Amino acid sequence: MTELPLIGGAPVAVEPQLSGAKIGVVTFPGTLDDRDAARAVRLAGGTAVALWHGDTELGDVDAVVIPGGFSYGDYLRAGAISRFAPLMSKIIDAANSDAKLPVLGICNGFQILTESHLLPGSMIKNDHLKFLCRDQVLRVENNTTLWTSDYEAGQEITVPLKNQDGQYIADEKTLDALEAEGRVAFRYVGFNPNGSRRDIAGITNAAGNVVGLMPHPEHAVEPGFGPETNAGTDGLGFFTSVLNKIVGGAQ
Amino acid sequence: MTTSAETVGKKFNIDTVENAAKTPDTELPWAELGLKQNEFEEIIKVLGRRPTGAELAMYSVMWSEHCSYKSSKNHLRQFGEKVTDEMKKDMLVGIGENAGVTNLGDGWAVTFKIESHNSPSFVEPYQGAATGIGGIVRDIISMGARPVAVMDPLRFGAIDHPDTARVMHGAVAGIGGYGNSLGLPNIGGEMVFDSVYQGNPLVNALAVGVMRHEDIRLANASGKGNKVVLFGARTGGDGIGGASVLASESFDDTKPSKRPAVQVGDPFAEKVLIECCLELFKGSLVEGIQDLGAAGISCATSELASNGDGGMQVELTSVLLRDPTLTPGEILMSESQERMMAVVTPENVAAFEAVMDKWAVEYSWLGEVTDSGRLIITWEGEVIVDVDPRTVAHDGPVYDRPFARPAWQDSVQADTFTGSVQDAGRPSTSGELAAAVTELIASPNMCSKAWITKQYDRYVGGNTAMAFPDDAGVVRVDEESGLGVALATDANGRYTYLDPYQGAQLALAEAYRNVATSGAVPMAVSDCLNFGSPEDPDVMWQLAEAIRGLSDACMVLGVPVTGGNVSLYNQTGTVPIHPSPVVAVLGKLDDVARRTPSGWKEDGQAIYLLGTTAAELDGSEWSNLRGHLGGLPPKVDLSLERQLGEILINASRDGMIDTAHDLSEGGLAAALVESSLRYGVGARIALEELLERDGVDLFTALFSESQARAIVSVPRSEEVRFKDMCTARGFAHLRIGVVDAAGGTLEINGVDTLSLDALNEAYEGTLPKYFG
Repeated sequence: MTELPLIGGAPVAVEPQLSGAKIGVVTFPGTLDDRDAARAVRLAGGTAVALWHGDTELGDVDAVVIPGGFSYGDYLRAGAISRFAPLMSKIIDAANSDAKLPVLGICNGFQILTESHLLPGSMIKNDHLKFLCRDQVLRVENNTTLWTSDYEAGQEITVPLKNQDGQYIADEKTLDALEAEGRVAFRYVGFNPNGSRRDIAGITNAAGNVVGLMPHPEHAVEPGFGPETNAGTDGLGFFTSVLNKIVGGAQ
Repeated sequence: MTTSAETVGKKFNIDTVENAAKTPDTELPWAELGLKQNEFEEIIKVLGRRPTGAELAMYSVMWSEHCSYKSSKNHLRQFGEKVTDEMKKDMLVGIGENAGVTNLGDGWAVTFKIESHNSPSFVEPYQGAATGIGGIVRDIISMGARPVAVMDPLRFGAIDHPDTARVMHGAVAGIGGYGNSLGLPNIGGEMVFDSVYQGNPLVNALAVGVMRHEDIRLANASGKGNKVVLFGARTGGDGIGGASVLASESFDDTKPSKRPAVQVGDPFAEKVLIECCLELFKGSLVEGIQDLGAAGISCATSELASNGDGGMQVELTSVLLRDPTLTPGEILMSESQERMMAVVTPENVAAFEAVMDKWAVEYSWLGEVTDSGRLIITWEGEVIVDVDPRTVAHDGPVYDRPFARPAWQDSVQADTFTGSVQDAGRPSTSGELAAAVTELIASPNMCSKAWITKQYDRYVGGNTAMAFPDDAGVVRVDEESGLGVALATDANGRYTYLDPYQGAQLALAEAYRNVATSGAVPMAVSDCLNFGSPEDPDVMWQLAEAIRGLSDACMVLGVPVTGGNVSLYNQTGTVPIHPSPVVAVLGKLDDVARRTPSGWKEDGQAIYLLGTTAAELDGSEWSNLRGHLGGLPPKVDLSLERQLGEILINASRDGMIDTAHDLSEGGLAAALVESSLRYGVGARIALEELLERDGVDLFTALFSESQARAIVSVPRSEEVRFKDMCTARGFAHLRIGVVDAAGGTLEINGVDTLSLDALNEAYEGTLPKYFG
């Protein structure tokens, strides 16, 4: 079932060869950026499918986006309750299966992925203790994941960052392993906005199908509604990457 | 609080209606609940007996200043009277409902409202400000709309006063903590520091929502046998008497702390409530709906019943509680947040419950709609409230408070800035003028607000086309057509202190101008009238004059007031705040892609100043910096404002201008610096022609706050067309310079060259210096 946006409502024209690819967008109680993620999927040419946290089946989606927000109010710990949603166990199984379901966790979605142990490490409160909203420059450190293949290695992109608990932490051994295996997917450039270890903005699993990051690529997909640099559409590459992989893989 | 009357019954010592009739002489704590002697006597007259403890609780909150508008009602009437048929054309719902609704066309409607949460935000800044956002957002949901954005006009005490940081940190974190968690972009607001707000900071909150015409919902309980349901958060002991005791009295050092009267917010519960309500609306599962804000269940039951066509019967023990020890009176008065009350037909009960279960929202069925014309509330079946709901909700006391022009007004108005002690050494050399510009833009009221706005999510929703620091916030409504709305809020307490009638008009003029500057057509107004005690005839005169001025100005500009809020008793001891009517204007853009931003980008574009400049420094930011407040505020000319608005809107629509920025506080100097710093693109400016045309000196040209002015940048290819349009409309326009992308400076002839880096440091440095 494709959810129509509750404001707006225009079906965006999609590239026919990609429109068959279905990307699920999960809504938890307290999710905020689900309609934005769905819009990003549509603007990239795919078909967005609304998924509900309480669902017990994943359906026939080709990939999943876990969007940002404050699921369960960030109570207890960001992502700690959502991780136990019925749909999450399906997503965890599918991501770890041979089929390697592509999963992207943005902001709260990244926090849910670390709580789910699909990705290592965790996020704590920003070092300056405040919510921070800014246009953030990132460097794409790994362009071989399913979600980053449309970027050049080392490419710098600008996407919005907006969070309170964005400081990425892990023990030194884990951090060293992430670096050695090339699993640091994105790094903050110029300014570390939250005290994240080694300027890490996002990481990938070893297989490259599960990617999580704190900044919001889904808010940099449409000129005039995102950052004021580079037409404001630097985030679109996440969604076109996975759609091209899905369609390419299906051929 | 236990009323002595409640010592007669059982369990909670319930004071039933029967008991009240039998014990007419029981002492009741009406004074502690904020009622005046004459009001208590009126209640006895209305009921024909003494009220029960529960009835007393209801009347005390609903007849409070905050809920009943008893001091302002006689004046507010003008907003409904000074309206032409033309102004009513697009008004789908007017004053009196939770929020007004305006037709946007294409089947879309927009609802917006601004409200105060001043007193709670002083007592407990984080929760006070957070629940201010929560309350106004629930008003928007109650209309059937999806909330799409918020704004927050803020006024604090002196920037260097030790208590200001407490309020500033708490209020900003509260607005962010709550609004960010709801997924509502914060698209603008205001920030003013002035010692008059030291003990009475103003934390106002605006929310805007959109809906299809068929989704409009009203707060009324109709249809005998329909069920009444309370859903959302449980009812607790927070915020008891918030409206009556806190919002309707002045602060006084001798009384105990009012902390327990402040509500505590849970934004997660509210976010779930929003989605849950939208799903109810989508399925047409509710007949009437009302949010619980000030006065809680008292307000919701009496307003729903009073606006409906019959009565209502409610069993109070069915209310889900956080604290089982609450008395009936406390349950009726509690202002616990994140609650809604709805009326549901028996056929829709199961579907309603399914939506609640999906979102894991708690609910309890309290009773049903009757045709008795009475609001009857029982406690374990025993009647504790039996009233005509109109007497609670609508027929409260109305006061014709005495008012008179203050004795000091003439001497204040006679004390003009020019030639005053504070005006000594007015900057005139090129070096002095450059220093003055830098001082101005680093000052607390003119400096960058980024310290605040970067704590707010401006992106969520993906429809924010423009936000602070541009002149108006712009949100897209329809993704296909690009249809959207622009919003701006403005007020100037200093102008309004000098002349309340003109001051209120100036607030409207500025908000109107800001909306037009963004390219939007102004359509509707919401106002939050922040004043001192209405029991002071001086303050009452300020209020009366401001309402008269604002309603007159709305007529001239053709924009109706669709709703708002009055906040009185903003004073410490006998010292009131400056009268601060905060005016929000909503405008419409057919395509938000055509919005006009404020910052220069393109090298070589011509910069035009629209409007003329007079020597108007009284009440200005410059005079504020020199510690002077006197004289008359800048002259208002609403027909000029309208013409300027038309030029800005047409120029935007026809692509004649690339940027526009209105001139207001800080005058031309502030506008030039702000347009430069937005993207770090400077300009070369020459004002000689202006000085000659308007007969002013360079200092006045830069710092005067004359109204109906804006600066625009025009692509070379459009210059002739733009000039022809201004000439044809007979509107003063002057080419004052050219955008200079390469220089990294703002050059103004007669002023030492200003480097953008240095200006930026001054502009951005102030708030971090005081607040970290």
